[in-house]
Amino acid sequence: MKKQNTFIVVAAVTAAVIAAFWLLLAAPAFTGNEINMTRGVTSQSMINYQLHMIILWICVVIGIIVFSAMFISIVLHRKSKGHEAAQFTHSTKAEIIWTIIPVLILVAMAVPATTALVNMEVAPETDMTIKITGFQWRWKYQYMEDEIEFISSLHPDSNAARRLMSGTEPDTIENYLLEVDKPLVLPARTKIKFLITADDVIHSWWVPALGWKRDAVPGFINEAWTEIMEPGVYRGQCAELCGKDHGFMPIVLNVLPEDEYRAWARQQRQRMAHEEAEVDRLWSRAELMELGENVYAAQCATCHQADGRGLAPAFPALAGSKIANGPLNDNIALVLHGREGTAMQAWGTRLSETDIAAALTYMRNAFGNETGDVVQPQTIARIKNG
Amino acid sequence: MNEGQAKRDQSHGKLVTRLVLLAIGMFGFGFAMWPLYNVFCDLTGLGGRGVKVIENATVPEKSDRQVKIRFDATVNSGLPWIFQAKEKSMVVSLGEMSEALYLAMNPNDQAMAGQAIYNVTPPEASLYFVKTECFCFTEQVLQGNESREMPVYYFIQPDLPENIKEITLSYTFYRDENFDPLALTAGSASSSD
Amino acid sequence: MSIESTHSHEDHTHAADHDDHHDHKPSSLLDRWLFTTNHKDIGTLYLVFSLLMFFIGGSMAMVIRAELFMPGLQLVEPDFFNQMTTMHALIMVFGAVMPAWVGFANWMIPMMIGAPDMALPRMNNWSFWILPFAFAMLLSTLFMDSGGPAAGWTLYPPLSLQSGQNFAFVVFAVHMMGISSIMGSINVIATILNMRAPGMTLLKMPLFVWTWLITAFLLIAVMPVLAGAVTMLLTDHFFGTSFFNAAGGGDPVMFQHIFWFFGHPEVYIMILPAFGVVSEIIPTFARKPLFGYSAMVYATASIAFLSFIVWAHHMFTVGMPLTGELFFMYATMLIAVPTGVKVFNWVSTMWRGSMTFETPMLFAIGFVVLFTIGGLSGLMLAIAAVDLQYHDTYFVVAHFHYVLVPGAVFALMAGAYYWLPKWTGRMYSEKWGKIHFWLSAISVNILFFPQHYLGLAGMPRRIPDYSTQFADFNMISSVGGFIFGASQLIFVGVIVHCVYKSRQTATGRVWEGAKGLEWILSSPPPYHSFNTPPVIDSTTMAHADESH
Repeated sequence: MKKQNTFIVVAAVTAAVIAAFWLLLAAPAFTGNEINMTRGVTSQSMINYQLHMIILWICVVIGIIVFSAMFISIVLHRKSKGHEAAQFTHSTKAEIIWTIIPVLILVAMAVPATTALVNMEVAPETDMTIKITGFQWRWKYQYMEDEIEFISSLHPDSNAARRLMSGTEPDTIENYLLEVDKPLVLPARTKIKFLITADDVIHSWWVPALGWKRDAVPGFINEAWTEIMEPGVYRGQCAELCGKDHGFMPIVLNVLPEDEYRAWARQQRQRMAHEEAEVDRLWSRAELMELGENVYAAQCATCHQADGRGLAPAFPALAGSKIANGPLNDNIALVLHGREGTAMQAWGTRLSETDIAAALTYMRNAFGNETGDVVQPQTIARIKNG
Repeated sequence: MNEGQAKRDQSHGKLVTRLVLLAIGMFGFGFAMWPLYNVFCDLTGLGGRGVKVIENATVPEKSDRQVKIRFDATVNSGLPWIFQAKEKSMVVSLGEMSEALYLAMNPNDQAMAGQAIYNVTPPEASLYFVKTECFCFTEQVLQGNESREMPVYYFIQPDLPENIKEITLSYTFYRDENFDPLALTAGSASSSD
Repeated sequence: MSIESTHSHEDHTHAADHDDHHDHKPSSLLDRWLFTTNHKDIGTLYLVFSLLMFFIGGSMAMVIRAELFMPGLQLVEPDFFNQMTTMHALIMVFGAVMPAWVGFANWMIPMMIGAPDMALPRMNNWSFWILPFAFAMLLSTLFMDSGGPAAGWTLYPPLSLQSGQNFAFVVFAVHMMGISSIMGSINVIATILNMRAPGMTLLKMPLFVWTWLITAFLLIAVMPVLAGAVTMLLTDHFFGTSFFNAAGGGDPVMFQHIFWFFGHPEVYIMILPAFGVVSEIIPTFARKPLFGYSAMVYATASIAFLSFIVWAHHMFTVGMPLTGELFFMYATMLIAVPTGVKVFNWVSTMWRGSMTFETPMLFAIGFVVLFTIGGLSGLMLAIAAVDLQYHDTYFVVAHFHYVLVPGAVFALMAGAYYWLPKWTGRMYSEKWGKIHFWLSAISVNILFFPQHYLGLAGMPRRIPDYSTQFADFNMISSVGGFIFGASQLIFVGVIVHCVYKSRQTATGRVWEGAKGLEWILSSPPPYHSFNTPPVIDSTTMAHADESH
C-alpha cells in the first residue's frame, strides 16, 4: 500500500514538472529570461508568433487529453487495486473517430499555416535592396541603391572575451556575442528586399525580430523581404553551421526613422568619398599603426590571434613569420589575393586600401616584428589596380 | 528435412539476390538524383535555374504588365576581378525583348579565366525567363587589365504569375582553377605566327 | 501452455553458456565470439557494442554540456566543440541506436517467429564484425592532425569539403556502416519472410517483428542513397568533380536533398522498432491484448511510406518555390495521423487493463509520454512559416532529442529490461531498475525541456558559446545532462549484476502477462531457438485472436 502511494506521488510530481514546463511556455512572458518566441516587429514575425501560439495551444490540449486518459488509467486500472483486465482488442468506431478528428485538426491548422507562408514568401514591391553576403565569419552588407557597402564583424570586446580562458567574464561585456563593429542600418516602415548569398560555405541570416531566417548559399541568391514597424536595435546570429567561428558572427540591425536613415546614408556616402581621398594622401606611421591595430583586432585576430601567435596547425603565427618579415611585395600580394586551399582569404575585395595598408604596417611592426615598413594606402591602390 | 533445407536455401538465394539488387539500384539512384534533380529544377524552377536559353526565340506579344528586374553581380573572393551590372535594376514590360549589360574587369597584370553561374529569384520566376544569349557556364578569359562588356538579351513571358512583382537575376563569377595563363600566351603566340 | 523451466545456476560462468540441448557450442573464446554464426551470440555482440558506443557518444555529449554550462569558453576550442557535436551524432545514430536495434532483431526475431536461427548466419557474423572496424576508423580521426569531422553529422558541403585528411576516413566509415546495415537488413527480411513457423501468418507476427520488417526495407532503400551522397562528396573533395560545387556548375543544396532523402527515413529507422518493443511491453503489463493490432501494422507502414515524401521539411530555409514548401508542409503534417493512431492505441491498451509497473513498463510509459511531447513539437516544426523561426535553433535540438532519447533510447532500455531475464535466465534488480528509470525520466526532462525555451528565445544550435541571456537555461540543461549521464552507469550495474551475480532465477514465462513464442522457451533459451517448429495457437500468441 505504502509502495503504491510512493509510486503515485513520484509519478504525479514528474507529470506536474512536465506540465509546469509546458505552462511556462504558454505564459506570455517570464521575468528575467525570454522563453518564448519573440513577437517581433514585422507583419511576418507577428503572424508567426500568433501561429506558433495557436499550434502550441492545440498541442498542449492534445497532450493534456492523451496524458490524462493515461494517468487515469494508471491510477484506476492497476492490478494492485484488484482491477480485472478487460479483453477487448479493437473498436472500429473508436479507431475511425481518432483518425478523423486529427485529420480535421490538421486541416484547421493548415489554413492559417498556408496563409502565413504565402505572406512570408510572396514579396510585395519593395523600395530598397540590401545584398547580404556571408563569409567565414562575418557579414558583408551592400546597399544596392545607395552604393554603400561594409563588412560587419563581431565586436572586438566580445571577440577578445570569447577566447578560451580569456579571463574576461562574459557578463562584463555588454551584449556579449551579440554586438558588431558596424551594424546594418535600415529605415523603419520601408519595404526592403534582401538578396542573400555566401562566398565560401552556407550561412544563414537570422534576426528573430524579423520573423524568418534564410540560408546564404554560395553561388546562389536567395531573397527575402521585410518591413520593420518600430525603430530600434535588433540582434540575431548566423544559424547554419559554417565552421569554427559559427557562433561568433552576429547580426545587429539599427533601425532608424526614415529621415534619420537618409541622413545616415548621406553621411556614409560622404565618408566613403572621404576614404577615397584618404587613399591619396600620405599617412604617418603612428596613424597607420593606430588604425592597423583596430583593423587587425577586428579582421585578423580571429585566426592569427590577438598576440600574433596563430593557432597551429591551421592558422600560422605572424610573430617572427617569414612572410611578415620578408619582402613587402610578397606580403601585400598574399593579403590581397589570399592563399588557396587555406583559410587565408583574399582581402583585396573586402577591405579598403587604407585598412589593408594599416593592417600591413601594424603586423610588420608588432609582435616583435621589426621591419620598420610604413605601407601607404596609395601603394596598395597601385598594386591592386595594376 | 534436407529437402526442406534445400528449398529454404533456394528461396533465401532468390530473395537475397532481389534485395541486393534493390540495394545496388538505390545506390545508383543516389547518383541518378543528380540528373533527376536538374530535370526537376528545370520543371519547377527549384534553385532558380529554370531559365531557358533559346537563340532566335520568337518574342511573344508585349503585354501592358510591367515588372521590376534587379541585376546582381557577385565575384567569388577567389577571383580578383571587378564585376558589376551596369544598371542595377530596370522596369520592363512582359514580352519585351531587353538587354542587360554586365561589366567585368581584370585589374591584374596576368590573364585569368572566370566562369559565371546564374540564378533567378523568386525561383518560380526562372520558368518565365527566356534568354537568347548568355555568358554563363562558359569560360571567360580576360587578359591583364582588360575589361569587357557582357550583355544578356532576355524577355519575360507574359504569363508570369500575378503574385510575382519583382525578379532578381544574379550572376556569380568563380575563378576557373584549371586555366593556365602561360599556356594561353604560348598558344596565342603560336597561332599568331 | 508455458514451459516453466527453472535452472539452477551453480556453474553459470556466462549468461549464454547454457547448453541444454545437444548443440555444438564452440569452446574457445575466439570461436565463440569472433566466428560465431549464432543469432543470440551475434545479438549479444551487437548489444554490448552499442552500449559501448552509447557511452562513448555520451561522454562527447558531456563535453558539449560542460562547455555550455556557462557563457564564455572554458574547456575546449570552438573547432573541437564542432568535432564533438558531429561525432556525438554520428556515433549515437550509427553506433548506438541502430546496432542496438539490430541486436534486438538478432536475439528476438527467430524466437518470436519460431525459427532456429537467422536465415543467413555467416552473413550475420560479417555484418557485425564490420562495425568495430568502421567505428575504430571513425574515432581514429579525432587523433589526426586535422581532427575529427566538424561539419555536423549532416556533412553539408561546402563546409564538409573544407575538412582535411580525416574526410576520407569518415566517408569510408560511413560506407562500412551502410554495408553492415544493409547486410543486417537482408538477413532480417529473409528470416521473417522465409523462416516463420507453420501457422505464423504475417498478420499473426508480433509487432516488433512487423516494425523490423518495415525498418529493414527502409534501410535497404536509403542506406545506399547515403553511400552515394558521401561518395559524391569524396570525389568532389579529392578527385575534382563538381557535384556540389557551385563554381563547377553543381549545387550545394542538391546534397541536402539527397541527404534528407536518406535522413528522414533514417529517423524512422531508429523509431519504428521502438514502436514495436513498446507494443510488446504494454500488453504484457496491462495483461490485455494490444488494442487495434492491424491498425498498428498499417500505421507503421504508412509512416514508412510517408517518410519518403517529406524530406525537404528539413530545408524550408534554403529557398524553395512556394508550391514545394506547401507540399512538404502538408505531407509532414499528415504523418501526425498514423503516429496519433499509435499513441491512442497504446493508451487504449492500458485502458481497463490490470497494470503492474515493473521497470520495462515504466520505460514504456515514459516512452509514450515523452515521445508524444517530441511528436507534438515535430508537428509545430512542420508548419513551414514558423519553421523559418524554429529552424536550426535549440527548439529543433530539443525536438529530436525528445524523440530519440526518451523515445528510441527509452524503448531500448524498456526492451533490455523486458528480455534480460529471458536472455540470462535470471532476474535483474527491480529496485535498481526503478531507480534507473526515475533518475533517467526526471533528468532527461531537465536536460531537454529547457532547450525548447532556448530555441524559442533565439539560441542557434551548434554554437560553443552564447550570449548571457541564455545562461540560466543552459546551466539547468547541463545539470540535467550530468545527472542523466551518470544515471546510465546504474544501467550497466544492473546488467552486470543480472548476468554475473543475480541469485533469482527467471521462469520461462518471466512476466505473468507475457504472450508470444519467445516465452514458451526456457530462460535462457536453448542455443538454437526452435529446432522443431512450435505449434501456433491462439493462447500462446498475443495477437492470435485478432482474426476478424
